[in-house]
Amino acid sequence: MSDISIQEQAAKAKAQTGDVLARTRANRWRVDLAGYGFLLPFLIAYALFLIWPAILMLRMSFFNWSLDGHGTTDFLGLANYGEVLSDPSFWQALWNTIVFTVISTPALVIISFILALLVNRAIPAKGVFRTIFFAPFIIPVSVVTIIWSWLYEPGFGLINGTLAEIGIQNGPNWLTQPGLAMIAIVILTVWWTVGFNFVLYLSGMQQISRDLYDAASIDGAGGWARTRWITIPLLGRITLMIVILQIIASLQVFGQIYLLTAGGPNFSTRPVIQYIYESGFSTFRVGFASAMSFIFFILVAVISAVWFSILQRQQRGNN
Amino acid sequence: MIPEKHGALEELAAKMRAGRISRRAFLERSVALGLSSSAALTLLEACASGGPSASGIPTGTHLVYWNLFGGGDGVRMVQMQDDFQKAHPEINLEAITLAWGEPYYTKLAMAAAGGRPPDVAISHMTRMPPFAQGDLLDPFDLNALAKYDITASDFLAPIWQRGHINGQLYAVPLDTHPFVMYYNTEIAKKAGLLDASGNLLPINGPDAFINALKKAQQVTGGYGLAFAINGDVTNWRVFYSLYSQLGGQVLSPDGKQLVIDDNKALQALSFMDDLTQKSKVAPATIDYGGAIALFASGKCGFFWQGEWEVTTFQTANTPFNMVPFPNIFGGGQCQADSHTFVLPRQASVDPARREASYLFISSLLKDSFVWAHGGHIPAYLPIATSQEYKNLKPQSNYAGVAANVVVDPTAWFSGSGSEFESVVSAPIQASFQGQLTPQQALAQLKASVQKLLNTPSPV
Repeated sequence: MSDISIQEQAAKAKAQTGDVLARTRANRWRVDLAGYGFLLPFLIAYALFLIWPAILMLRMSFFNWSLDGHGTTDFLGLANYGEVLSDPSFWQALWNTIVFTVISTPALVIISFILALLVNRAIPAKGVFRTIFFAPFIIPVSVVTIIWSWLYEPGFGLINGTLAEIGIQNGPNWLTQPGLAMIAIVILTVWWTVGFNFVLYLSGMQQISRDLYDAASIDGAGGWARTRWITIPLLGRITLMIVILQIIASLQVFGQIYLLTAGGPNFSTRPVIQYIYESGFSTFRVGFASAMSFIFFILVAVISAVWFSILQRQQRGNN
Repeated sequence: MIPEKHGALEELAAKMRAGRISRRAFLERSVALGLSSSAALTLLEACASGGPSASGIPTGTHLVYWNLFGGGDGVRMVQMQDDFQKAHPEINLEAITLAWGEPYYTKLAMAAAGGRPPDVAISHMTRMPPFAQGDLLDPFDLNALAKYDITASDFLAPIWQRGHINGQLYAVPLDTHPFVMYYNTEIAKKAGLLDASGNLLPINGPDAFINALKKAQQVTGGYGLAFAINGDVTNWRVFYSLYSQLGGQVLSPDGKQLVIDDNKALQALSFMDDLTQKSKVAPATIDYGGAIALFASGKCGFFWQGEWEVTTFQTANTPFNMVPFPNIFGGGQCQADSHTFVLPRQASVDPARREASYLFISSLLKDSFVWAHGGHIPAYLPIATSQEYKNLKPQSNYAGVAANVVVDPTAWFSGSGSEFESVVSAPIQASFQGQLTPQQALAQLKASVQKLLNTPSPV
């Protein structure tokens, strides 16, 4: 090595790097091709079943398109959009959806976090608790609503029956009082879907090194302080992701509300998706429903974009 | 073909159908006769999978049938389907039951719009017009129906007429199903509401009716009457029956104008309000299943619903009887609708399956005595006027109301399980549960119906 001059060394290194680079550039487009090849089946399905119908839906929204195939040439311009935006039923449905999202999202994030904290401790039968908290998530929506509709049954349902046992004779009318019905739906939703966020939080917590907690206890930090200053900040990214997913999913709520209260009492729990479904499929007004769909899509996209940019800024901040 | 060859071919075909020669032998001999092999193959196809079927329909014909009968009457429909399958093994019947109301009609509409619907389906008479006008149904061939013993004279004239749109028949009626009253015979007896022969004493007027319910309530210690309120169309049926007894109408005959008489409507709504809010003889926050459970277990004396729950209470061994919906306001009406058979529009009609559909409809109509056990009043007159139906209790108690029923107002958005029933039931439920006064409920009802009237029709 000593008898090779520095220039020669540099030239040799450059040649070697050049070789590697050349190999990489040549391989890169092959690697890219393979990647796209693997993505292609999914992309085709995505285009066929999501993008193309969305384009068709946009087209339908400008006509008085009917479910039975008529009205496809009855051009209305923006009349459907105008009708949606001036329809009090639409605004009420949107309000119901937002109320549901605003109540259920914090509940689903905070309760799942607390459950994960509890299960993360060194307790016996950890696996049993993990299963118990996650199990409701795999039950299909129709089964969940059948169970809860009997739980909420006034008079002889289990919840009001238990309340009667402990002295509260006239239990609340869970599904028939306009304000309370949405709370009943949120309780059902939390019981049903908290398991998913719980599992995400649990896996995040298990990645936090024990040493941090040990160091903190040596410094005199108590249980709550350790949680507040170690666990919560280190789970920041997971929390943000869970909140985004939860908001987007909550805005699209339909199944459990439709099956439990059918949008009642007196349309006080009807979400936007149900109104779209009823307009399009029950009243046959596919054009009107498409316009409503598109407006709601823009809304959800805007909200997602806002949260996404928050996530980006946080990522850049971390770097 | 020259006559001798024709005769020889006929012989061969007969032997083939009787199974006395194999297909290969048939082909060989028919070609030897001078028939081209392709023509021989065509003849072979016509003999199908061998074995003649009594109906003339090729064996193995697949028949898809959709219905929405999930309640007590669903059991009877399954029985009729089994009867049909036994009598006609050559037809492969595939019967599918979907949930009543929106889930059924949305799927039927979409399947017909896509051109691949079931061969034959059930439809309420009141939901049929927008489907027919939207080209989602095929009209019936009256001659083909007559071949299977279905003619206009086999039905009451008004119900046969209702199945026609623009002079063509789109719906063959199966039954009429009115809104009726069930009562627990033991509770009614203890409350002193029965006469010597065990029949309900006549009750005249709204006050007398509430008093009778209060007496029943004293016996049960719970409620006197129960009916489905939560999210159910029963709200509309109760209102429409009472409102019609006062002589009220909802829509003009052409279905374009709202003609509600406020006074009559408020009279009906106030009486209904009395039941759940003032006199509290009926529970205000109960759903369909809950009301059935309450009556079946003897915790209330009276029950309002369509007649289709008779099998449910017979199975539960509840001591009960059925009578027409009480004539509280004098007009004697009650709400009803009819179930009918319709032929959804196919992209291409398979003649064998269409033939099987007619046979199926005819068989079920002739078997509708079984259907009557499920509570409905058969539309097929040979069954409805038969002695055995007249002897069927408690079904025959209310058979007479068929002439005096009111069906949902005619409009593209109306009918059983429609948007109309959904938007009118909601404020009525709110009135039953005390969230709206009868005046507020009526205002919301009228506003909702007016909104539907203002919407451009998509059919």
